[in-house]
Amino acid sequence: MAYKLEAKIPAGELSQKWSNHKAAIKVVSPANKRKLDIIVVGTGLGGASAAASLGELGYNVKIFCISDSPRRAHSIAAQGGINAAKNYQNDNDSVYRLFYDTIKGGDYRAREANVYRLAEVSNLIIDQCVAQGVPFAREYGGLLANRSFGGAQVSRTFYARGQTGQQLLLGAYSVLNKEIAAGSVKSYPRHEMLDIVVENGEACGIIARNLVTGELERHGAHAVVIATGGYGNVFFLSTNAMASNGSAAFQCYRKGAGFANPCFTQIHPTCIPVHGTQQSKLTLMSESLRNDGRIWVPKKMEDVKAIRSGAKKPSEIAEEDRDYYLERRYPAFGNLVPRDVASRAAKERCDAGFGVNETGLAVFLDFKTAIERLGKDTIKQRYGNLFDMYEEITDVNPYEQPMQIFPAVHYTMGGIWVDYNLMTTIPGLYAIGEANFSDHGANRLGASALMQGLADGYFVLPYTIGDYLAKKIQAPKVKTDTAAFDEAEKGVRARIERLFAIKGNQSVDDIHKRLGLVMWDNVGMARTKESLEKAIVEIQALRKEFYKDLKLVGTADSFNVELEKALRLEDYLELGELMARDALNREESCGGHFRSEHQTEDGEALRHDDKFAYAAVWEYKGFDNAPEMTIEPLDYEFVHRAQRNYKD
Amino acid sequence: MNFKLKIWRQRDAKSQGAFETYEVKDISADTSFLEMMDILNNNLIHEGKEPVAFDHDCREGICGMCSMHINGHAHGPSQAVTTCQMYMRKFKDGSTIVIEPWRSAAFPVIRDLVVDRGAYDKILQAGGFISVRTNSVPDGNAIPIPKKDADESMDAAACVGCGACAATCKNGSAMLFVAARVSSLAKLPQGRVEGARRAKAMVAKMDELGFGNCTNTGACQAQCPKSISIAHIARLNREFLAAKLAD
Repeated sequence: MAYKLEAKIPAGELSQKWSNHKAAIKVVSPANKRKLDIIVVGTGLGGASAAASLGELGYNVKIFCISDSPRRAHSIAAQGGINAAKNYQNDNDSVYRLFYDTIKGGDYRAREANVYRLAEVSNLIIDQCVAQGVPFAREYGGLLANRSFGGAQVSRTFYARGQTGQQLLLGAYSVLNKEIAAGSVKSYPRHEMLDIVVENGEACGIIARNLVTGELERHGAHAVVIATGGYGNVFFLSTNAMASNGSAAFQCYRKGAGFANPCFTQIHPTCIPVHGTQQSKLTLMSESLRNDGRIWVPKKMEDVKAIRSGAKKPSEIAEEDRDYYLERRYPAFGNLVPRDVASRAAKERCDAGFGVNETGLAVFLDFKTAIERLGKDTIKQRYGNLFDMYEEITDVNPYEQPMQIFPAVHYTMGGIWVDYNLMTTIPGLYAIGEANFSDHGANRLGASALMQGLADGYFVLPYTIGDYLAKKIQAPKVKTDTAAFDEAEKGVRARIERLFAIKGNQSVDDIHKRLGLVMWDNVGMARTKESLEKAIVEIQALRKEFYKDLKLVGTADSFNVELEKALRLEDYLELGELMARDALNREESCGGHFRSEHQTEDGEALRHDDKFAYAAVWEYKGFDNAPEMTIEPLDYEFVHRAQRNYKD
Repeated sequence: MNFKLKIWRQRDAKSQGAFETYEVKDISADTSFLEMMDILNNNLIHEGKEPVAFDHDCREGICGMCSMHINGHAHGPSQAVTTCQMYMRKFKDGSTIVIEPWRSAAFPVIRDLVVDRGAYDKILQAGGFISVRTNSVPDGNAIPIPKKDADESMDAAACVGCGACAATCKNGSAMLFVAARVSSLAKLPQGRVEGARRAKAMVAKMDELGFGNCTNTGACQAQCPKSISIAHIARLNREFLAAKLAD
């Protein structure tokens, strides 16, 4: 049965929707909040800020994370910054402009009302973080500093050196600690959610595995919040942390939550290129580098060859022999075009044979002009830690030779479908941050992930969850000895036993690497009908192979990282196929989803608004069965959809 | 490159551990230390043996999860990097590498190279925060902060909470970790309000959890992957003394 999707977008003027909605939704009294339990899964910016805020309000909160401490969540690795419409630079920024840039950056595939709310609360986030002691960069006068990010012509990005995510997460983690100390939040580190429990159609708890002892635990609550990030690691090589995974979200999908736009994957243009077959992950070089760095490849093929062979150093190529292709193709935005555009442009040059390393899959990011203009010290101050990191990894000094970069999987815009309240299709189950699908459309702008995580956690969910919980004030504590919990735990146990029973010959990584290659080659930066059909067949075959040939060592009742990885890979083997199916269905190009059959004459993404101005929401129909798609039409009341133009 | 690895194996907190020796071959110089460990583990799995458990996550030096003692140094012989940021070109081809977990009474071993650093969380829960409520705050630019203070606060805030300082200290002291948080907040006007309470509470919690005392040897600073300066310990001492004197 197809979903009846109700986005619950409030009526009225765009700028009034959130205020009107807040006035209309129910609140729970302090005395009743004390009786209500909430589970938060994940401790990144979304999870930590939500749990802290809900704890402050008086709810009983349990928070779970797979790492040894909430502070390890991968939000910590975000480098460049966080956007807000403060207009502190007096460059004519506004809530509307941030909203518009985000909608346009997402290639008109996000909800207007959600994005406007995001822009609206962005300013509160900066105030909140400053008050928590986040040491944002400041000017000599003591006021907050800003820089520019892709897809914007104003300076609205707040930052803490190249470690903005770290500082914002430590801020959220600190207020989380405050609530843990106060007893309103209980923390469960080294715990992994392996199933969501649904009773009478409502979310009522989770099954979690204690990763130290291997014990399965039951936890009940009146509402469950998923804040477990994205699923980019389906590609094996990505900028995500090694343990980042899509499994919590995928269990929700299995239990009936709609999964929206799974094919919307962000390929980040500035990552350190792949260097061989022993690599485990890819390292991002912050988008902030594009403030001062210029991207180029040689104009002449003989120079390309000379650089590859080592006969010439890149710094020896004369200015007139360099093709600053982003500046050439997009004069108005230059090196600061959105990520999807920059990534595709790099691919275009490399496909044409101008890649500058031995694999032919790299372009230059050069600071020569900036160092001449500003001096080495200024560049060092701005990007010192990133330059050091680059040199540590590649053994090349980027102050002297340009960096080599290439696009890599970074972020997933798709995720669990949520309504305006951030509730999924399962009542009582919420999804926030990267785990949901709602705010970034088909491409996320730089410095907007941190904004969304904190917006959802501090300023949206704590209000909207009250509207649901107001119905639960008479409900007793959730019992965990019910049939629903029994069945969920039994299911998890059976899954684990099945994996141990295979006794094949390939390790988890062996199979995961192969899945990653299938995904990158066929569901990556450019997709075609043929490549996607091929991917589906190959993933199905690989899934069969997994169940026949997986070699899993160790035991279920102990600390066993291989088991954790095997369970996640099992989900990826289904999720990868879902991504390919979604990409196959969407016969248009938009944002990060580029179908080669659908492009303009000059190679830009060509949308088909008449057919695909919708979110594709997929419903699980059982293992090996094709999922069913329901659409949520994206009606634009306020913005006129246009071909994105970053040229003039 | 080829290496011989002497690695600490320990089944769980209660079992006794011992070194085991392994060999890895054909490692590229551009391979990271943890990728070398991945290769070892994949080999072990194919031999039907249990892989070496070790903590790691972001692999770009920021999450603070990785935690090995390598050839006698926390995070290995390179200066100012975490284990995950170290590359095999830093090691001599054919050499033997000794790998141990953090050795600290306050960080019990969970398995092999994995330790429990929950004590650090508990110290921060004792007072490593500013007590603000969501939405109950002034405009971000309402209080100007001198750039120098914000920069110094950021220097201290770069701590990744990996535990190298306590694991390196001959007294098992967590002073550098505590100092980094106290100092970062002490440099900001927002953090002043609770300054005295914070310093006292965090130091008391550190003592309670079994960390040792600081005797200013500076080993923590030398091994810190983020080069956090022991000047922050001086600031913590000042904060702590002032708070005690005011009592």
